[in-house]
Parts: sequence; C-alpha cells; structure tokens
Amino acid sequence: MSGYDANRLAALFGRLTEENRGGLGIFITAGDPDPDTSLAILKALPGAGADMIEFGMPFSDPMADGPSIQASSQRALKSGASLARTIEMVRAFRVSDQTTPVILMGYYNPIYTHGVQRFLADAIEAGADGLIIVDLPPEEDADLCLPAVEAGLPFIRLATPTTNDARIPAVLSNTSGFIYYVSITGITGTVAVPTDMVRTAVARLKKHTTLPVAVGFGISSREQAAAVARVADAAIVGSAVVNTIAANLDTEGQAGAGTVAAVVALIKDLAAGVLSARA
Amino acid sequence: MATTAALNTLRAGPDENGHFGIFGGRYVAETLMPLILDVEKSWGAAKADLNFWTELRWYHKHYIGRPSPLYFASRLTEYFGGAKLYFKRDELNHTGAHKINNVMGQALLARRMGKTKIIAETGAGQHGVATATACALFDMECEVFMGAEDVVRQKPNVDRMRLLGAKVHPVTSGSATLKDAMNEALRYWVSKAETHFYIIGTVAGPHPYPQMVRDFQCVIGEETREQLHEAEGRLPDSLVACIGGGSNAMGLFHPFLDDSSVKLYGVEAAGHGIDSGAHAASLAGGRPGVLHGNRTYLLQDDDGQITEAHSISAGLDYPGIGPEHSWLFESGRVNYVSATDTQALEAFALCSRKEGIIPALEPSHALAFVSTIIGDLPKDHLVVMNLCGRGDKDLEAVLPRLEKMDLL
Repeated sequence: MSGYDANRLAALFGRLTEENRGGLGIFITAGDPDPDTSLAILKALPGAGADMIEFGMPFSDPMADGPSIQASSQRALKSGASLARTIEMVRAFRVSDQTTPVILMGYYNPIYTHGVQRFLADAIEAGADGLIIVDLPPEEDADLCLPAVEAGLPFIRLATPTTNDARIPAVLSNTSGFIYYVSITGITGTVAVPTDMVRTAVARLKKHTTLPVAVGFGISSREQAAAVARVADAAIVGSAVVNTIAANLDTEGQAGAGTVAAVVALIKDLAAGVLSARA
Repeated sequence: MATTAALNTLRAGPDENGHFGIFGGRYVAETLMPLILDVEKSWGAAKADLNFWTELRWYHKHYIGRPSPLYFASRLTEYFGGAKLYFKRDELNHTGAHKINNVMGQALLARRMGKTKIIAETGAGQHGVATATACALFDMECEVFMGAEDVVRQKPNVDRMRLLGAKVHPVTSGSATLKDAMNEALRYWVSKAETHFYIIGTVAGPHPYPQMVRDFQCVIGEETREQLHEAEGRLPDSLVACIGGGSNAMGLFHPFLDDSSVKLYGVEAAGHGIDSGAHAASLAGGRPGVLHGNRTYLLQDDDGQITEAHSISAGLDYPGIGPEHSWLFESGRVNYVSATDTQALEAFALCSRKEGIIPALEPSHALAFVSTIIGDLPKDHLVVMNLCGRGDKDLEAVLPRLEKMDLL
C-alpha cells in the first residue's frame, strides 16, 4: 500500500533508540544520473543499510550546495528530471518499501511553481515523510511550513552553527520529525565535519527539544559517519554518494552496470561504520 | 502593505518583514539568517543616524563627484523633433556608473559594523569596480564573484578590479553569468558568515538589501527633482531608466512614485526579441518565483527551473528583477517596456555621434526606448533619462557589431 504513514519517522527513531545506535541517512538527487538508474539506486538504499533517505528535488540554482551536489542536480535536470517525476519515483519506491522514511529535500521555487497545496497533496499521497526546504527559514513559514503542518507533513528545520540561542525557539517552532543540524558554516561537501563541535552542538539543541537530531554536511567516510552516529541520532551523507555516482559513469556521462553496485558498496561501508559506533 | 494604503503613498514599502505586497522577503538558508538580521538592525540604526548621512554626503561630493549634472541633450532633442530630453549624468560619477552610490553607503555600513572583509557579485563589472574602489579607499579586503563569460566580455573592468587590489573569482557554474556569480557569492558568504559583509549591487536579494540599495540610489531621483526644478521650474513628465536588477531605475523613480503626473518607464533588455525566448525581460517574459533570497518575477521553465537570460549587455543579463519593481509592475504605477540588442546598439552609436557621450550598453537600452516615443510627444514635454553608465567598458564587444551594422 502506498501513501503517507505518519509513523514511519517516529518508528525509525524509536527503533534506533531500542537498538542503541545512530541511524544512517543517505542523500541522492532524484533522477541522477538518469531516471532508471536513480530509481534502481533508491530501491537499493535500504538493503545496503540506509535507515532514511533524503531525496533531493533537483534545482537549477542550488545556493546552499557545493560543486558535487550542483553537478548531481545538473545531471538529473539534463536527463529530464522534474518535481512531478521526483514524486513519481517516491510512489514507485513505496510499492516495495513501506518502512524507510523518505524526506524530500530541496529549494522552494519548483514547489511554488507546482503549487503548494497540489505539491503537499501529491507528496503525501506518494508516501513522502517530510520536507527539508533549504531556502525557507522560519521567517517565511507562511509559504509552505504552515500549510505542510496543516496537511500533516513534517517540516524539518535546519539548525546551523550560526543559529544562536536567541533563534533556537524560532527554529524549533512548527517542526516535527527531527532537527537537521548542519555541521559546518558552509555549503555541502566542502569541509570535513568537526566532530568535537558536533557533540556540543547536539547537546545544546537537545536542551531545547525532545526531537531527534540528525547531522549532515561534511560526512564522507565510514569513520566520520561512525563519529557522528556516536553523538547524534543519525548521520546524513550526501556529497560522497553523488560523487560515487559521478565517478562510476562512462566518458559520455552514462551509467553502466557498475554504477548502482558502487553506490551500494559505499552505503554498506558507511552503514558498517554507523553500526560499530556505539558497540 | 497595510501601512502603505493607510498613508496613501507608494513609498512606504517594504513592511517589517521585507515584503512589497507578495514580493521580497528573506528566502535564504538558516546559516545566513542571523547575518541578514544583523545587517537589517545595523542598517536601521545607521539610517536614523544623521552622522552616517553627513559622512556619506561628504563622499558623494568629494569622492564620487555628486551631484551629477542634469544635462539638456539639445542635439538629440532636435534630432528626435519632439519632447525635451534631459540626461541625468550618473556616468560621470567616479568609476563611471551609478553603482558607486550604493557601494559607498554599504561600505560605510560595513565599517560601522566592524567588518573589514567584503564580497560582491558583478555582471558588467561596474559594481565590482565600485566595490573594489571603496575597499581600496577604506583598506578592506575585497573579493568579487564574476561569471566566467562576463570576465571575458568585460575584461577592462576585470583589469581595473585587479589593479584596485581586489581578487576576482571567475564563476564557471551554470550559465557563467551574473545569476551564477550571485549564487557563488551567496555560497561563499555562507562559508565566511561571521567575518564578511556582502555588498549586493542591485535592489534584489533578501531583505533588507532591496530597500537599503534603493535608499542609497535615491540620491539620483532627489537630485533630478531639484535640478529640473531649477532648470524648468517644474516636475518632469516622463522618467526613463534601464532595468537589469533595477537599482538605477529604483533610485530615479522612487522619489517620484507619489507624483502621479510623472510617467515612469522601466526598460528591460529584450535581447534577440521577447518572442525569441533569448532575452532578459523578467517582467515581460517571466512569472513570480523565489530566487536569491526574494520572491520576484523570474525567467523560468514550467518546472520552476531558472532559465538563462540573454542580453548583449552584461549588466542586464539577469533572469530576475528587484522585488519592488515586481510590485510596481503589478500595481501599474511603472510602465515596463523593452529594447532589443540591436536597438540598444543603434542608440549607443547615435548618442556617441550626436552628443559626444559614449553611453554604456545598459542605458543605451533606455535611450533606444526613448527614441520610440519622444518624437510623438509635445515639445513642452520633459523627459529625463538616467544615463547610468559610460560605455568605455563595452567598446570591445560593441565595435565589431557596429561595423557589421554599418554604423561606424
């Protein structure tokens, strides 16, 4: 059965607490490098060890992303990606997987163009479990956050090293599911995660909320994933995954037999790191 | 805009959240929000501080060379045979364009905030040169982001920036023009959030930039009002300015928004023609969307992906427009029109030959539009066009085209 299940995210973090481990979130861009390969990767992620999927909605001007995810968006758009197709892929994924949370992550303009109410209805119907919209801070909640809350779809907020104590209440308002802590003051995939500072930052957020805290930006190795999973509820890896896709395309930029396998191998390695973290 | 309605003025915007009607706002990543709030707070304090303005006016007079003349273009007036044409000569400013008006204001604000490292984006390079200039004067570090394509077509300005001590980062992502330079500057700012001040060059971006840049550019319109009163004893009948992001136009128009007798014309770049799809006219050929921190009219496809703009003028080659223009467009107060590459080139040559003034390609678009209406207007009608930049930077791009058009 497809469709929205309000319990998928809560169930995941409940399970992680029971198992006393951090989770592994994996970011891929919908349609990268082409629709079929992307769907094959998406379907392979849970089996390889991904606990949660951040599914990137491609945008022409991703202003919070570094070169890796920019290139990933470009590959997807060149092969015909669109918001409607992204939602189709979520629906196709839900046919075979009813437990792994899928969070739609991206920028506001394609959603605004699609129409907010239509987008929310489509995303919920397809089986998405939450939204992370990079360019919608609490100051612009009226646009999408409040309608999403109204519709029952979690609007997951980003907290950053520049989010001072005065802003934390605003960042924690109107949100559910989990908090996404951006580990660096920067764009995706450019600087290694400072794990010592992450521990302090997660502790600071936990003083204000009972929501789980996932950490992303700058996690690319098994060791870093393990270090973050030790102190946070989940580690999210993105640029390293799309880099692996890029490195396993032929000279024409086409996916081959090894593309999906290479991504699966990376996820297995990261998952082993996360599993060993609190052992 | 409840306040606006209550006061019966078009000049009260934006509201406290930076909205002009549905346009404007603060659509940025959380990392930038605390900084933008800080800029807003500091700008609010500076704006209310008489000393800030006294110092800025000193630089206007002694460094920029303001007031810029309001010049009666008698030869062109005679040539067109209709209304009287005046040029507001902002091309005579230090660094050769209106951009310095805004940059000096923001640089003083940055200094007031204790910031000594500056970043900027630039299209034609005029804003980059102006920023590099202010940074040299105030002993600040300066980094300018410029599309790789613009680095090639505006080489003289790249050389000037380097000479002034700025570091120029060529941006190769996307279409390698102004839009991508702005993306890259925002990305860089996110990574240097605590130490750097971002001097945005036009009336776009997240609040408070559209308002702040407009306030710094309003000196153009305020001087025009005074100078035309001195020359003609009355208000102008029509004001004309070109629009990329729209800062020179906002600066000219804003002081006149409540003078309903004054017709306002904003001229977008039509590139190869609006119907060709290869243009930079966000209002004529776009629809509302969200990019670079604000909601405004954008060139975009059916999926909300931003499309590439085209204009021969690097300064107008941007797929968006300042949010206040979007609001003025929908309210109908300003008439937004357009001129093609070819029309702009003809005006470029015409102005050079008739007035001995080589205009930049950007205001050549404004003059191209003027040439389509002025002949039919009565002789006592007063048109003021903002000649917002000089054309030296464009010679390399323009001369081969003019030769081909048999205009040299």
